[in-house]
Order: sequence, then structure tokens, then C-alpha cells
Amino acid sequence: MRKTVYYIVLPLMAIFAASCGNKTTQEGSSESTEAPQSMVKDASDYDPSRGEGKYTAENVILGATLDGAMAEAGSKIQGVKCSSCHKLTDEKLVGPGWKGVTERRKPEWILNFITNPDPMIDKDPEVQAQLELCLVRMPNQNLQDQEARSVLEFMRKNDGVK
Amino acid sequence: MRSRIIMSMSFVCLLAMLYSCKPKNAGTAVSGDAAAKTYVAPGKYDEFYNFVSGGFSGQMSAYGLPSGRLLRVIPVFSVDPEKGWGYSEETKPMLMTSHGFVPWDDLHHPEMSQTNGEVDGRWVFGNANNTPRVARIDLTTFRTAEIIELPNSGGNHSSPFITENTEYVVAGTRFSVPADNSNGDVPINSYKENFKGHLSFISVDKTSGAMDVAFQIQCPGVNFDLSHAGKGKSHGWFFFSCYNTEQANSLLEVNASQKDKDFIMAVNWKKAEEYIKAGKARKVPARYAHNVYDEKTHTAKHEIRKEVLILDAKELKDLCYMIPCPKSPHGCDVDPTGEYIVGSGKLAALIPVFSFDKLQKAIADKSFDGEYDGIPVVKYESALYGEVKKPGLGPLHTEFDANGNAYTSFFVSSEIVKWNIKDLKVLDRVPTYYSVGHLCVPGGDSKKPFGKYLIAYNKITKDRYLPTGPELAQSAQLFDISGDKMQLILDFPTIGEPHYAQAAPAALINNNNQVKIFKIDENAHPYVAKGEGESKVVRDGNKVHVYMTAVRSHFSPDNIEGIRMGDEVYFHVTNLEQDWDVPHGFGVKGANNAELLIMPGETTTLKWSPDRVGMFPMYCTDFCSALHQEMQGYVRVSPAGSKVPLSFTLGGNSTQPAK
Repeated sequence: MRKTVYYIVLPLMAIFAASCGNKTTQEGSSESTEAPQSMVKDASDYDPSRGEGKYTAENVILGATLDGAMAEAGSKIQGVKCSSCHKLTDEKLVGPGWKGVTERRKPEWILNFITNPDPMIDKDPEVQAQLELCLVRMPNQNLQDQEARSVLEFMRKNDGVK
Repeated sequence: MRSRIIMSMSFVCLLAMLYSCKPKNAGTAVSGDAAAKTYVAPGKYDEFYNFVSGGFSGQMSAYGLPSGRLLRVIPVFSVDPEKGWGYSEETKPMLMTSHGFVPWDDLHHPEMSQTNGEVDGRWVFGNANNTPRVARIDLTTFRTAEIIELPNSGGNHSSPFITENTEYVVAGTRFSVPADNSNGDVPINSYKENFKGHLSFISVDKTSGAMDVAFQIQCPGVNFDLSHAGKGKSHGWFFFSCYNTEQANSLLEVNASQKDKDFIMAVNWKKAEEYIKAGKARKVPARYAHNVYDEKTHTAKHEIRKEVLILDAKELKDLCYMIPCPKSPHGCDVDPTGEYIVGSGKLAALIPVFSFDKLQKAIADKSFDGEYDGIPVVKYESALYGEVKKPGLGPLHTEFDANGNAYTSFFVSSEIVKWNIKDLKVLDRVPTYYSVGHLCVPGGDSKKPFGKYLIAYNKITKDRYLPTGPELAQSAQLFDISGDKMQLILDFPTIGEPHYAQAAPAALINNNNQVKIFKIDENAHPYVAKGEGESKVVRDGNKVHVYMTAVRSHFSPDNIEGIRMGDEVYFHVTNLEQDWDVPHGFGVKGANNAELLIMPGETTTLKWSPDRVGMFPMYCTDFCSALHQEMQGYVRVSPAGSKVPLSFTLGGNSTQPAK
């Protein structure tokens, strides 16, 4: 609940923060521990084709053909962490269907989005448009690197890569 | 406690009239910069965690300091419907005892684990006073991980205090009682003959924290009160205050206050370990519960243990010594060096400070003044370092800072007094509002106090907050002790009745691998559904198991038909989320116990016995997303013997037969 409110208010706050600079706010309470930084950073350096996260065109390498074992592992993870909200067809459930996603999005964008959704939901214009339709922020399902890669391979299989 | 307080009020009034230091005016005590000192800006964290006993609520609470903001109520010894504690099938075993299910107890003293005498931020222990138990709370989850019951005990007040490497959590019995395996059906006035006081030493596994009643020491029948372990040079010893050494069994208010001096009992627990190795302990039949919560199966296990190891203080010499201490001592506190032991006689007008070195010499020289029920009594002067003269009235409890100062709470004169341990001179005094019981300095009973603040936990609230009928918020007060003079900077209300509390720098705990989610792939609950593909409904006679998943923003399944009157339905709800702070709730109409609150990756079970035929809505009770209000479903209940097939669906509008 708290979060939903946050996500409406935070972008506004970010605009404020940007114009005010990073002024020190502590008046009296001397050594209060720093809270984690806001999830929202400056949106101007956002690259909508790559997304935001550790994946780039350089460090994501796809095989010419499908890695069947990896896709199988990805299918299992999809069953636990993804299938509640995404169908494998193009039909929307909670979120959009997966059919064709690997053709619409670059692999690094997909990997960044499924491992680092929160900043991208705040910044990516297309994700924001999608949020207006779905009204549910895609949760961070804590995919490890290898798990995320396996899910991507399963998406490729779902899109007909042999 | 309250009744005791009220009974002693006439005494209080008399003394207060004679005494000039009573609080006069609440308004005069606060100076101008108090707000700045306690202000923690929105979005900023507090500097300290403060773990405060919830008293008769049976729970423990975590506050942030210096703001006094309540961060969490940790359910321990009482059911908590907000979190399903004691209501979900998984947590019910945690509240089982040898007397069966106990839904409400009384928690007095939190004690944080230590390594080398310093607070390590791993666990905090708490005591159940009424049905004697000790709980271990895991500070990575802020949940009660383990509860162990104490045999041969009644009123587990002298508890839970720890040794400097958390080797033992120690618990002395307040009420002496006939031992569990003896005949307890004896005249109450045979107290002196039949009643015994047992001190429990609970071992704590260094890695897992697992607790075990390692041994008990059987002592003469008296009332044991607060205690503390030696540290540094006095590591290996434990010091317990005792009152009612008159061995009265009725009207203790008068009859247990006859003697000028009661005792602090010094126990050489290293010697106890030697005696056990030498085979001097007896295995005695007993019956006590041991309950452990497993974070992998998300389920608690309850077992009854049937034996305990007993050492007899009367038979085994060199184990226990009595040190005379004025007037029904309550607090028994050891300074950071381990040399000074401070006794606080709650009816006394002075504070005796004992020296560990002098005590050792007195024992070596046999400087004794006879025996008390077979236990040598050390001569008062031979163990005494000195007395703090005229400190106030009714000292209760003392904690320490890192600069050689002690802070003692005075219930009767309602004040905190700062004094120097070396020269025993009073340095400062401040009034409290009203009638302080325990106090707390962060790390104040360890070898390395963090100082900076002192919190007074008051017994009487009266006019400190807006009135709320006859029952008022409990009252804690925060003092800045960084300067020479103590300064009151904040009042904050607490839950239950705050007895003891402990505090530690936030970094010790929030950098201690805080659990944010439970990993779904490590979930070993027998009824987990890892993904919607595994959600199902299974009938087993009149038991129906619903393997249900929750994710923003639906349950799977969300329509269930074929439930019949007389069924016991178990909703095993797995939260599929893997993101911090996204719990789901679960409620179903007519549930006679409570709701569920399920953390990400966790499985939790609600047992539900429908009481009538009809349609029963169920829904998510914890706001989870913009579509939270859509997170709902129905259970159809048919008459006993109905032919409606068991079915479960999600997203369809037709009934499909169960596989």
C-alpha cells in the first residue's frame, strides 16, 4: 500500500529534489543512519533501448540456436515466479503476454527489466504506458543472473527460436 | 506490579513528604534544544534500536531512538492476530507448554546476545514470567525462533540474563516451589521444608542459537530476583539478588521485609561445569516444552523434554555464596570492568557496591558469618567496596556508561541518579514522570556501553499524555547523558508495561544480514505451491487441503466448490512474491481464529471449519497493489453428504472436476 502511494509521489519529489540540489537536511539529530537512496534518479540519462541495469549489448551473448537445457530451466522458473501474471500467448493476464517479447525488446532490455524492474518502471516511457493499462507494478522476483538468463532463453523458445 | 505499587503508595507518600527531591513540575524539566536532539527527519533512520519488554502483553517491541518511534511489535509469548502468531497452524506449537496451549503471558526482560561481553546484534532473549519460559528472537527476522520452558520454576522473573559469550542464558525462579518430581500436595506453611529455588542455566549454541536446559542448581527456598553475569575478571560467576530470605509464604509485603539484610547469591558456574564433568549432577525426571520455529519449513515443532540435570547447592561446596545486601534487593548489576557488583535494595536508602576481588579474598580466607541453609554467608564488610550514601529512596536497577559512571533508578523518590563508581559520589539527579522502574543505557550491562542516551521506563503515567479513560499509555522517557548533566529530551508511549529494555546501535542489527524475503526455491513447507501450476485442492476424508498461491493481485485458486459441512479446510497460502515488503494477507468469512499475514516466499496455514451452508468470500487483507480490492474469491459450502464435486478454478467461470 505504502508503495503505491510512493510511486505516485516519488516522481514529483524527484523533480523537487533535482531543483533543490542535495541540501543537507539534518538539523538536530546528529548521527542518524542514512536511509537507502530513493529509487528514483535523474531520468535524463535513461536509455530506453537498453533499459537500466548491468546488462549491455556487449555483455549479453545469445547463441545462434536455442540452448535447450537452459530454456528448460527457464521454463521451471517461469512456472514459479512469472506465470501467475504472464501468459505465454499474446493475451494480457495481470501483465502483458510473452509472445513476441524477444522481437519487441533487445535481450539486454529484457534482462535489465526482469532483474531491476523498479527504476525502469519509473523511467521507461513504454513501461509507464504499460503501467497505465495494467496498474500493477511488475514485482522484483529476485532472479539471480543465471535464472534471468534462463528465463530469457525460455522466452526465445516461446518465440520460436530452435 | 501495579497492585504492589498501589499497596506501597502510603509508604511512598510518607517518604516523599520527608524527601525534598521529588518531582515538582513536569514543564520545568525540558530545555530548549530537546526537539532538535530527538528529531529524525522523514526518510532518515534512527541511531539505535531499543528492544522494550511488553510486560503483561507478553510481547516485545522495537523502538527507534532518539525518535521514540515504534518500529515493530514482536509477538513472543502471546497470540497476535495482526500477524497470525499463535493462530496459524505453523505458529501454534510455539505457544505450547507442559500445561498445554498458553495464549497470553507476561514478558519482563529483554537481553541481547553478547560476544566477548559486547552486544553482537544476533539475538534478543525474553522471559515468560507466569508459565516460566525463555524465548530467543532472531534479529535477522525479528521473529521468535525458539521457546524453552523451565521445569521446577514459578514466576520466571530472574531471567533471562546472559554470560559474556552467550554461553548460557540464566533464569532464576521468583517463587520457590516443591520440585516438579516431588509431591507438591503439601501444606503451604511447610515452605521451609519443602520449597526449593532452582536456577536454570540454558546453553546457547554458538552458531544456531539452539537452547537447551544444560543444568539447574537447586537452592534454598527464597525469592530470586534480578541477576547478572560476571564479566572480564568475574567471568565464570553469576550474581542473583534474593529476597524473602525470611522464607515467608503469606503477606510477603510485611513478612518478607523483616530482615535488615537479604542476600546477593554469587554462583561459580565454571565450578558447576566441573561438578557436572565429575559426575556430581543428578538426572531428574521433569516435563517441559521445547519449541523451535524452522525458517525452511516455515513451521514450528513442539516437543516435551523429560529430564533435567540438577546440582545441589547445599551438598556441593564452593558453588554458591551468600553476600548480605540491604533490604529486599531487586537489581543486581555488574559494572563494565567486572569488578563492581551493585545491589539495589528496593526498600533501602543506600546502594552497596561489592568488590569481586574482595569477594574472592573473603572466600579464600573463609571470612564467613555462618551459613544460610547450608550455604556460606560472606561477611558484609569483607565483600563490600563501599556504599553510596543518601542516593535516593528505593533503588531498583543500575546501568553503566563507558566513563566509569553508574545510573540508578529510584522508584520511591521517582528519579535517576548518576554516580561515580570509584568514589561513590552522587554526580547528578533528575526526576522521572513517574516512579521509574527499570532504566536502560545502550549496551549498559555489557563490557562496552555505548552511552549517549538513557531511557527510563516508568510505572505510573498519570498526566503525561492525553487521557484515554482509566487505562493510559505506558510511559518511557529519554535522557541525553552525553554531558555532565542528564537532560530529559523526550517522552514516548510504549505497549504493555515496559520493564527492562536493551538498546544497541542500529548498524549492529541492520547490517546483520536482515532477511527481506524468504527464497521461494528454499521453501520446504509440506504444503507449499511453488507457482500457480502447483496450486490445487485435495480432499483427505473430511480434511481438505487448499494449496493456494498469492501474487499481486489474485489467489490461485480463487473459486472453490465442493466443501461440505463437517469439513476441516486448511488454506495453505504461499506468497509467490520475491520482493521486500510485499506481504499478502488472507481472510475467510467466519474464521474462528484469525487471518493470515504471509511474507514473500513463505507458506502459512489457516484452519477453517465452515459453520453453515452458503457462500463464503475470501480476500487479501494486506493492501498489496492498485488491484488489491480485486484480490478475492469464493468458497461454496454444501450440506454434509452433498454430491457437489470438489473443484477449484482460476479465471474460468465453469466448474471443472478436481484431478
